[in-house]
Amino acid sequence: MSRRSNALDLHIPAPRARPGDAPDFSGWSFPEPGETPRPEIDAPAVELREFAYGLIRVLDMDGAAIGPWAPRLAPEALRRGLKYMLLLRAFDERMHRAQRQGKTSFYMQSHGEEAISIAQTMALDPSDMCFPSYRQQGILIARDYPLVDMMNQIYSNKHDPMKGRQLPVMYSSKKDGFFSISGNLATQVPQAVGWAMASAYAGDVRIASTWLGEGSTAEGDFHAAMTFASVYRAPVIVNVVNNQWAISSFQGIAGGENTTFAARGVGYGVPPLRVDGNDFLAVYAVTQWAAERARANLGPTLIEHFTYRAGPHSTSDDPARYRPTDEARAWPLGDPIERLKQHLMVLGEWREDQHRAAQEEALETVRATGREAEKVGVLGVEGAHEATSMFDDVYKDVPWHLRRQREDLGA
Amino acid sequence: MASMTMIQALNSALDVMMERDPNVLTFGEDVGYFGGVFKVTEHLQKKYGAKRCFDAPINECGIAGAAIGMAVYGLRPVIEIQFADYMYPAYDQLVSEAARIRYRSANDYTVPLTVRMPYGGGIYGGQTHSQSPEALFTHVAGLKTVIPATPYDAKGLLISAIEDDDPVVFLEPKRVYNGPFDGRRDRPVIPWSKHPASDVPEGYYKVPLGKANIVREGADLTILAYGTMVHVAVAAVEDSGIDAEVLDLRTLLPVDIDAIVASVCKTGRCVIVHEATRTSGYGAELSALVQEHCFYKLEAPIERVTGFDTPYPHALEWDYFPTPPRIIKAMRRAMEA
Ligand SMILES: Cc1ncc(C[n+]2csc(CCOP(=O)(O)OP(=O)(O)O)c2C)c(N)n1
Repeated sequence: MSRRSNALDLHIPAPRARPGDAPDFSGWSFPEPGETPRPEIDAPAVELREFAYGLIRVLDMDGAAIGPWAPRLAPEALRRGLKYMLLLRAFDERMHRAQRQGKTSFYMQSHGEEAISIAQTMALDPSDMCFPSYRQQGILIARDYPLVDMMNQIYSNKHDPMKGRQLPVMYSSKKDGFFSISGNLATQVPQAVGWAMASAYAGDVRIASTWLGEGSTAEGDFHAAMTFASVYRAPVIVNVVNNQWAISSFQGIAGGENTTFAARGVGYGVPPLRVDGNDFLAVYAVTQWAAERARANLGPTLIEHFTYRAGPHSTSDDPARYRPTDEARAWPLGDPIERLKQHLMVLGEWREDQHRAAQEEALETVRATGREAEKVGVLGVEGAHEATSMFDDVYKDVPWHLRRQREDLGA
Repeated sequence: MASMTMIQALNSALDVMMERDPNVLTFGEDVGYFGGVFKVTEHLQKKYGAKRCFDAPINECGIAGAAIGMAVYGLRPVIEIQFADYMYPAYDQLVSEAARIRYRSANDYTVPLTVRMPYGGGIYGGQTHSQSPEALFTHVAGLKTVIPATPYDAKGLLISAIEDDDPVVFLEPKRVYNGPFDGRRDRPVIPWSKHPASDVPEGYYKVPLGKANIVREGADLTILAYGTMVHVAVAAVEDSGIDAEVLDLRTLLPVDIDAIVASVCKTGRCVIVHEATRTSGYGAELSALVQEHCFYKLEAPIERVTGFDTPYPHALEWDYFPTPPRIIKAMRRAMEA
């Protein structure tokens, strides 16, 4: 085929670095910490457009908190946040290993993204409703959900609150304001908007918050959600966790080559905040801003958390096959735990030995809880669940055909 | 000839067709550089370039809709839906559009599209990596539905699907991607290399759509199956001592009615096996066809062995998945009737 001089050409995005290449973040520039102004919560969305293209930062790389977004949290709260993040990381490491040891079928870590789920949960009210994706287990941890029940779920054992029905990490806890996780991407986002609409309808005071990955923003559900959130001014926070990679596809495949994910909010007239997702304080501050705005009946906020998925997508994934292995280490915005630790040390509120002790405590908690859960059982132990229990909860009442099938199975 | 797994055979089919026809291209989530989460498109981007094998945004509606547009232009796109469980956002495009464009345009526009998707259970994949939604496609006028059970058929059928001028939904039984798993979990895993149907020609060949395959001849009873369940049915026959005929349907729509009728009218007994939920499943259609065509030859009520009418339960997978003992029970009921 000879090409015409005016021939069209199909563009296929490609990341800068693949396995064998050096990580390449050159040419990236971020506003300095403290540089971005903090608008009033009632600023009209049209005046907030520029926030979509910047990056709200509080912590500098030496651990100082700077500027109008600094949330002025008490050292005690900062230490709590740090300990939650340490617990989350220790938990993730152990459960990832448990899958490798054949104790369960699947696991997903939130390595590198811990600040998002932990800081946001701390900034929200405990009664606010969360519609997470599969990578915000930190919400349960920061709401002090029993760690052992998370493990029981992962092991599908006798005490699994999901009765062995769900893939590991697909938790649910109504009393903790944590919606049942779906494996179908982005479905939770319009549901969060609907929950928020109901809360507004009922004259409630609780708001909703929802999370999805940047890859999932391509799904229609996200756009449906944004439309409804905007139209009905729903009291909801929509969080896009931009960790650069979906599975093997980089954020350019979701549209990140041409704009930011926060900028999706511009088209819908929803305030778009873009934040350093590895900066605990900045994440806390933007969440607080969005929550206040929602509580004041001023409607939704879209937050893009700019971060990096430091671990594999899941236990089924080997990232060395599609990205440089040292990309996480080269991430220009560091590690969320290290950065908050540094900040506390700069404040004189934390020491290296305290940090080591806190790390050890997190590991020990996870170890002890692991033993407890494994004593109950791991995946595949016969008799953990009555086979006929699979027919429960399909409907409120069991219809005749399911009763018949249950009898057939039991026979 | 080479010994291939089903994954390699599918990859080879795509390779052969991309080589032969510049209008063939493939895309889907993680399909490009990575070669797909199951590696079916491995090396194709390297060989044919990113414009012919590329990653799609995570939007199944967009994947299907864009592919329809390409097909209308005159290309022959092959799209991958990462798991059949994720096809629902694409369903409107497939049902309301791909299936009907030929009809509604009075043959003016056509959609030579192939939609690949891994389906089925047995991998501890939970509710969203285990479903068998074939009946949602066979119920739609204008779509063809194909399910291979072996590497040889997978390649030949995929080539036929790509060359077909109508939209074809090509469901891949992921449990047998790497070996002919037969539901006997207590036995060592068998690799494809030990199975005769893993002998696959390296070049072009076709297995025609709409033709079933007699996997095992028998006189006493007919088992109708497809996908993973073909292997489970053969194991059941071995363990049962009943001289049953096993028919691998290979194409569900248009189904090979002649083969079904010939077999059931010969044996007078019929057991239908599928992984999908029972009610309004494809087995119901098969049962109706057998009843309509073989009523006077039937010696026993038609039996169905299926998944239960529940969402796919993670930990109870092996109570849910139809295994040889469940099939044997149904065979005995049919024999004793
Ligand atoms: C509807 C749907 N399509 C495809 C998938 C398969 N899948 C699971 S996770 C994933 C990548 C998601 O990436 P992203 O949204 O960026 O979130 P991250 O995993 O990075 O947190 C894909 C393609 C799915 N679960 N659901």
